[in-house]
Amino acid sequence: MPRIVVDVMPKPEILDPQGKAIVGALPRLGFTAFSSVRQGKRFELTVDGEVTEEILAQARDAAETLLSNPVIEDVVNVEVVEA
Amino acid sequence: MTELPLIGEAVAVAAHPRLAGAKIGVVTFPGTLDDRDAARAVRLAGATPVELWHAGTTLGDVDAVVIPGGFSYGDYLRAGAIARFAPLMSKIIDAANSRALLPVLGICNGFQILTESHLLPGSMIKNDHLKFMCRDQVLRVENNTTAWTGDYAAGQEITVPLKNQDGQYIADEKTLDALEAEGRVVFRYVGFNPNGSRRDIAGISNAAGNVVGLMPHPEHAVEAGFGPEIGSGTEGLGFFTSVLNKIVGDNK
Repeated sequence: MPRIVVDVMPKPEILDPQGKAIVGALPRLGFTAFSSVRQGKRFELTVDGEVTEEILAQARDAAETLLSNPVIEDVVNVEVVEA
Repeated sequence: MTELPLIGEAVAVAAHPRLAGAKIGVVTFPGTLDDRDAARAVRLAGATPVELWHAGTTLGDVDAVVIPGGFSYGDYLRAGAIARFAPLMSKIIDAANSRALLPVLGICNGFQILTESHLLPGSMIKNDHLKFMCRDQVLRVENNTTAWTGDYAAGQEITVPLKNQDGQYIADEKTLDALEAEGRVVFRYVGFNPNGSRRDIAGISNAAGNVVGLMPHPEHAVEAGFGPEIGSGTEGLGFFTSVLNKIVGDNK
Protein backbone atom coordinates (compact mmCIF):
# COMPACT_ATOMS: atom_id res chain seq x y z
CA MET A 1 0.00 0.00 0.00
CA PRO A 2 1.29 3.47 -0.80
CA ARG A 3 2.47 5.78 1.93
CA ILE A 4 2.75 9.54 2.10
CA VAL A 5 5.96 10.61 3.79
CA VAL A 6 6.02 13.94 5.62
CA ASP A 7 9.33 15.39 6.85
CA VAL A 8 9.34 18.12 9.49
CA MET A 9 12.43 20.05 10.63
CA PRO A 10 13.02 22.68 13.30
CA LYS A 11 13.20 26.14 11.73
CA PRO A 12 16.78 27.11 10.77
CA GLU A 13 16.83 30.12 13.09
CA ILE A 14 15.81 28.04 16.12
CA LEU A 15 18.55 26.37 18.10
CA ASP A 16 17.81 22.64 18.16
CA PRO A 17 18.78 21.44 21.67
CA GLN A 18 18.54 17.76 20.69
CA GLY A 19 20.75 18.22 17.64
CA LYS A 20 23.24 20.05 19.83
CA ALA A 21 23.40 17.09 22.23
CA ILE A 22 23.91 14.66 19.35
CA VAL A 23 26.72 16.70 17.77
CA GLY A 24 28.43 16.67 21.17
CA ALA A 25 28.24 12.85 21.36
CA LEU A 26 29.51 12.07 17.85
CA PRO A 27 33.23 12.87 18.41
CA ARG A 28 33.27 10.65 21.48
CA LEU A 29 32.62 7.72 19.11
CA GLY A 30 35.27 8.86 16.65
CA PHE A 31 32.85 10.53 14.20
CA THR A 32 34.75 13.78 13.84
CA ALA A 33 33.61 14.95 10.40
CA PHE A 34 30.30 16.50 11.46
CA SER A 35 30.19 20.10 12.71
CA SER A 36 26.41 20.35 13.22
CA VAL A 37 23.35 18.11 13.63
CA ARG A 38 19.68 19.02 13.36
CA GLN A 39 17.04 16.50 14.36
CA GLY A 40 13.68 16.41 12.62
CA LYS A 41 10.69 14.09 12.34
CA ARG A 42 9.49 11.74 9.60
CA PHE A 43 5.83 10.70 9.44
CA GLU A 44 4.56 7.85 7.26
CA LEU A 45 0.86 8.04 6.44
CA THR A 46 -0.45 4.78 4.96
CA VAL A 47 -3.23 5.05 2.38
CA ASP A 48 -5.61 2.19 1.61
CA GLY A 49 -5.79 2.39 -2.17
CA GLU A 50 -4.65 5.01 -4.62
CA VAL A 51 -3.20 8.34 -3.53
CA THR A 52 -5.38 10.91 -5.27
CA GLU A 53 -4.66 14.63 -5.48
CA GLU A 54 -7.34 15.15 -2.84
CA ILE A 55 -5.69 12.72 -0.41
CA LEU A 56 -2.31 14.35 -1.01
CA ALA A 57 -3.88 17.75 -0.30
CA GLN A 58 -5.29 16.34 2.95
CA ALA A 59 -1.80 15.14 3.89
CA ARG A 60 -0.35 18.61 3.23
CA ASP A 61 -3.11 20.17 5.32
CA ALA A 62 -2.50 17.69 8.19
CA ALA A 63 1.22 18.40 7.97
CA GLU A 64 0.64 22.13 8.46
CA THR A 65 -2.06 21.90 11.16
CA LEU A 66 -1.15 18.90 13.34
CA LEU A 67 2.13 17.28 12.33
CA SER A 68 4.11 20.53 12.58
CA ASN A 69 3.93 23.71 14.63
CA PRO A 70 4.65 26.59 12.23
CA VAL A 71 6.07 28.69 15.06
CA ILE A 72 9.04 26.36 15.52
CA GLU A 73 9.01 23.91 12.59
CA ASP A 74 8.88 23.74 8.77
CA VAL A 75 7.32 21.01 6.66
CA VAL A 76 10.26 20.36 4.32
CA ASN A 77 8.89 17.45 2.29
CA VAL A 78 5.59 15.72 1.44
CA GLU A 79 5.93 12.84 -1.04
CA VAL A 80 4.27 9.60 -2.07
CA VAL A 81 6.26 6.40 -1.64
CA GLU A 82 4.89 3.26 -3.34
CA ALA A 83 5.16 0.15 -1.18
CA MET B 1 -10.93 17.03 48.95
CA THR B 2 -13.06 17.79 52.01
CA GLU B 3 -10.56 18.03 54.88
CA LEU B 4 -8.78 21.36 54.43
CA PRO B 5 -6.02 22.05 55.11
CA LEU B 6 -3.96 18.93 55.83
CA ILE B 7 -1.50 20.85 57.98
CA GLY B 8 -1.05 24.50 58.80
CA GLU B 9 -3.65 27.20 58.52
CA ALA B 10 -5.83 27.87 55.52
CA VAL B 11 -4.80 31.26 54.22
CA ALA B 12 -7.56 32.05 51.76
CA VAL B 13 -7.71 35.82 51.52
CA ALA B 14 -10.76 36.09 49.29
CA ALA B 15 -13.53 36.56 51.81
CA HIS B 16 -16.31 37.96 49.67
CA PRO B 17 -19.45 35.93 50.45
CA ARG B 18 -20.28 35.62 46.76
CA LEU B 19 -16.99 33.92 46.00
CA ALA B 20 -18.10 30.48 47.13
CA GLY B 21 -20.66 30.54 44.32
CA ALA B 22 -17.94 31.14 41.74
CA LYS B 23 -17.20 28.01 39.70
CA ILE B 24 -13.79 27.38 38.21
CA GLY B 25 -13.45 24.52 35.73
CA VAL B 26 -10.32 22.35 35.87
CA VAL B 27 -9.68 20.37 32.67
CA THR B 28 -8.41 16.79 32.72
CA PHE B 29 -6.82 15.24 29.62
CA PRO B 30 -5.40 11.70 29.44
CA GLY B 31 -2.00 12.21 31.10
CA THR B 32 -2.86 15.33 33.11
CA LEU B 33 -1.14 15.22 36.52
CA ASP B 34 -1.97 18.38 38.43
CA ASP B 35 -5.74 18.61 38.09
CA ARG B 36 -6.33 17.58 41.71
CA ASP B 37 -3.85 20.17 42.99
CA ALA B 38 -5.44 22.86 40.80
CA ALA B 39 -8.91 21.96 42.09
CA ARG B 40 -7.60 22.10 45.65
CA ALA B 41 -6.10 25.54 45.00
CA VAL B 42 -9.47 26.74 43.71
CA ARG B 43 -11.16 25.44 46.88
CA LEU B 44 -8.53 27.00 49.16
CA ALA B 45 -9.08 30.34 47.42
CA GLY B 46 -12.75 30.11 48.34
CA ALA B 47 -14.46 28.98 45.13
CA THR B 48 -15.95 25.74 43.84
CA PRO B 49 -13.85 23.63 41.43
CA VAL B 50 -15.70 21.90 38.57
CA GLU B 51 -14.17 18.84 36.90
CA LEU B 52 -14.11 19.16 33.11
CA TRP B 53 -13.26 16.15 30.92
CA HIS B 54 -11.34 16.73 27.67
CA ALA B 55 -13.94 14.85 25.61
CA GLY B 56 -16.78 16.98 26.96
CA THR B 57 -18.60 19.32 24.63
CA THR B 58 -19.80 21.95 27.11
CA LEU B 59 -18.21 24.19 29.72
CA GLY B 60 -21.44 24.40 31.70
CA ASP B 61 -21.70 27.53 33.79
CA VAL B 62 -18.07 27.88 34.86
CA ASP B 63 -16.78 31.41 35.46
CA ALA B 64 -13.16 30.58 34.56
CA VAL B 65 -11.04 27.61 33.42
CA VAL B 66 -7.68 26.23 34.57
CA ILE B 67 -5.74 23.96 32.19
CA PRO B 68 -3.36 22.19 34.57
CA GLY B 69 0.05 20.65 34.09
CA GLY B 70 1.09 17.11 33.26
CA PHE B 71 1.90 15.15 30.14
CA SER B 72 -1.29 15.13 28.09
CA TYR B 73 -1.12 12.31 25.52
CA GLY B 74 2.38 11.52 26.81
CA ASP B 75 3.73 14.69 25.16
CA TYR B 76 3.59 12.67 21.91
CA LEU B 77 4.17 14.65 18.69
CA ARG B 78 4.80 17.92 20.61
CA ALA B 79 3.83 18.89 24.17
CA GLY B 80 0.17 19.97 24.03
CA ALA B 81 -0.22 19.32 20.30
CA ILE B 82 -2.82 16.55 20.49
CA ALA B 83 -4.67 17.95 23.52
CA ARG B 84 -5.19 21.15 21.54
CA PHE B 85 -7.66 19.31 19.28
CA ALA B 86 -9.73 17.77 22.12
CA PRO B 87 -13.45 18.58 21.79
CA LEU B 88 -13.48 20.71 24.95
CA MET B 89 -10.59 22.87 23.69
CA SER B 90 -12.67 24.31 20.85
CA LYS B 91 -15.24 25.42 23.46
CA ILE B 92 -12.50 26.98 25.59
CA ILE B 93 -10.98 28.77 22.56
CA ASP B 94 -14.40 30.17 21.57
CA ALA B 95 -15.19 31.28 25.14
CA ALA B 96 -11.77 32.89 25.63
CA ASN B 97 -12.19 34.85 22.38
CA SER B 98 -15.85 35.73 23.01
CA ARG B 99 -17.03 39.11 24.28
CA ALA B 100 -17.43 37.53 27.72
CA LEU B 101 -13.64 37.00 27.77
CA LEU B 102 -13.68 33.80 29.83
CA PRO B 103 -10.60 33.82 32.09
CA VAL B 104 -8.29 30.91 31.18
CA LEU B 105 -5.08 29.95 33.01
CA GLY B 106 -2.66 27.45 31.48
CA ILE B 107 0.00 26.04 33.79
CA CYS B 108 3.04 24.20 32.37
CA ASN B 109 1.53 21.64 29.97
CA GLY B 110 -1.56 23.88 30.04
CA PHE B 111 0.63 26.76 28.78
CA GLN B 112 1.94 24.49 26.01
CA ILE B 113 -1.67 23.63 25.07
CA LEU B 114 -2.55 27.35 24.93
CA THR B 115 0.34 28.10 22.55
CA GLU B 116 -0.55 25.12 20.37
CA SER B 117 -4.15 26.48 20.36
CA HIS B 118 -2.84 29.90 19.22
CA LEU B 119 -4.56 31.55 22.19
CA LEU B 120 -1.04 32.64 23.16
CA PRO B 121 1.88 33.34 20.79
CA GLY B 122 5.22 31.53 20.64
CA SER B 123 6.02 27.99 21.68
CA MET B 124 7.99 25.90 24.15
CA ILE B 125 10.93 23.72 23.12
CA LYS B 126 13.23 21.45 25.13
CA ASN B 127 15.18 23.14 27.96
CA ASP B 128 18.52 24.46 26.67
CA HIS B 129 20.38 22.15 29.11
CA LEU B 130 18.21 19.17 27.95
CA LYS B 131 17.39 18.02 31.49
CA PHE B 132 14.16 17.86 33.43
CA MET B 133 14.37 20.49 36.15
CA CYS B 134 12.47 20.77 39.43
CA ARG B 135 13.16 23.68 41.77
CA ASP B 136 11.60 26.50 43.76
CA GLN B 137 11.67 29.42 41.32
CA VAL B 138 11.51 33.14 41.97
CA LEU B 139 9.29 35.05 39.52
CA ARG B 140 8.60 38.75 39.12
CA VAL B 141 4.99 39.78 38.43
CA GLU B 142 5.49 42.19 35.52
CA ASN B 143 1.80 42.81 34.85
CA ASN B 144 -0.79 42.84 37.64
CA THR B 145 -3.71 43.89 35.43
CA THR B 146 -4.54 40.46 33.97
CA ALA B 147 -7.50 38.39 35.16
CA TRP B 148 -5.11 36.13 37.07
CA THR B 149 -2.66 38.61 38.67
CA GLY B 150 -4.79 41.45 40.10
CA ASP B 151 -4.08 40.50 43.73
CA TYR B 152 -0.30 40.93 43.25
CA ALA B 153 1.61 44.20 43.31
CA ALA B 154 3.36 45.19 40.07
CA GLY B 155 6.98 44.08 40.38
CA GLN B 156 6.20 41.73 43.29
CA GLU B 157 8.51 38.71 43.52
CA ILE B 158 6.91 35.35 44.31
CA THR B 159 8.37 31.86 44.71
CA VAL B 160 6.54 28.84 43.26
CA PRO B 161 7.71 25.38 42.15
CA LEU B 162 8.91 24.83 38.58
CA LYS B 163 9.14 21.36 37.02
CA ASN B 164 9.50 20.69 33.31
CA GLN B 165 11.63 19.44 30.45
CA ASP B 166 10.09 21.40 27.57
CA GLY B 167 10.05 24.82 29.22
CA GLN B 168 12.16 26.99 26.93
CA TYR B 169 9.87 29.77 25.72
CA ILE B 170 10.64 30.95 22.20
CA ALA B 171 9.08 33.33 19.69
CA ASP B 172 10.51 35.43 16.88
CA GLU B 173 12.02 38.82 17.79
CA LYS B 174 9.08 40.76 16.37
CA THR B 175 6.63 38.82 18.55
CA LEU B 176 8.85 39.25 21.63
CA ASP B 177 9.11 43.01 21.03
CA ALA B 178 5.32 43.24 20.66
CA LEU B 179 4.74 41.25 23.86
CA GLU B 180 7.08 43.58 25.77
CA ALA B 181 5.56 46.74 24.27
CA GLU B 182 2.01 45.65 25.07
CA GLY B 183 2.84 44.59 28.65
CA ARG B 184 2.01 40.99 27.86
CA VAL B 185 5.10 39.55 29.53
CA VAL B 186 3.31 38.74 32.79
CA PHE B 187 6.06 36.83 34.63
CA ARG B 188 9.83 36.78 34.34
CA TYR B 189 12.37 34.45 35.95
CA VAL B 190 14.43 36.25 38.59
CA GLY B 191 18.04 35.39 39.46
CA PHE B 192 18.25 32.25 37.33
CA ASN B 193 16.78 31.35 33.95
CA PRO B 194 15.98 27.64 34.38
CA ASN B 195 15.46 26.68 30.74
CA GLY B 196 16.91 29.25 28.34
CA SER B 197 13.60 31.04 27.77
CA ARG B 198 13.89 34.16 25.60
CA ARG B 199 14.18 37.34 27.65
CA ASP B 200 13.69 35.33 30.88
CA ILE B 201 9.97 35.00 30.07
CA ALA B 202 8.10 32.67 32.46
CA GLY B 203 4.54 33.58 31.47
CA ILE B 204 2.54 35.73 29.04
CA SER B 205 -1.03 36.84 28.38
CA ASN B 206 -3.24 37.49 25.38
CA ALA B 207 -4.03 41.08 24.41
CA ALA B 208 -7.21 41.23 26.54
CA GLY B 209 -5.48 39.79 29.62
CA ASN B 210 -8.07 37.06 30.23
CA VAL B 211 -5.80 34.26 28.96
CA VAL B 212 -2.57 33.73 30.90
CA GLY B 213 -0.02 30.92 30.56
CA LEU B 214 3.13 30.17 32.53
CA MET B 215 5.54 27.28 33.01
CA PRO B 216 5.92 27.38 36.84
CA HIS B 217 3.23 25.95 39.12
CA PRO B 218 1.30 28.39 41.35
CA GLU B 219 -1.15 25.61 42.33
CA HIS B 220 1.67 23.88 44.24
CA ALA B 221 2.21 26.97 46.44
CA VAL B 222 -1.18 27.52 48.02
CA GLU B 223 -1.04 25.69 51.33
CA ALA B 224 1.17 26.29 54.35
CA GLY B 225 3.62 23.43 54.88
CA PHE B 226 3.48 22.14 51.29
CA GLY B 227 4.85 24.97 49.19
CA PRO B 228 8.38 26.30 48.66
CA GLU B 229 10.54 26.87 51.73
CA ILE B 230 11.52 30.30 50.38
CA GLY B 231 8.96 32.97 51.27
CA SER B 232 5.55 32.11 52.71
CA GLY B 233 5.15 28.95 50.62
CA THR B 234 1.67 30.11 49.60
CA GLU B 235 2.62 32.77 47.09
CA GLY B 236 0.75 31.01 44.27
CA LEU B 237 -2.66 31.44 45.91
CA GLY B 238 -2.93 34.97 44.51
CA PHE B 239 -3.60 33.57 41.00
CA PHE B 240 -6.80 31.98 42.22
CA THR B 241 -7.98 34.80 44.49
CA SER B 242 -7.23 37.27 41.66
CA VAL B 243 -9.59 35.58 39.25
CA LEU B 244 -12.29 35.28 41.93
CA ASN B 245 -12.10 38.97 42.73
CA LYS B 246 -12.23 39.68 38.99
CA ILE B 247 -15.33 37.51 38.57
CA VAL B 248 -17.08 39.16 41.53
CA GLY B 249 -16.06 42.62 40.30
CA ASP B 250 -17.51 41.91 36.85
CA ASN B 251 -20.80 40.71 38.36
CA LYS B 252 -21.37 43.71 40.61
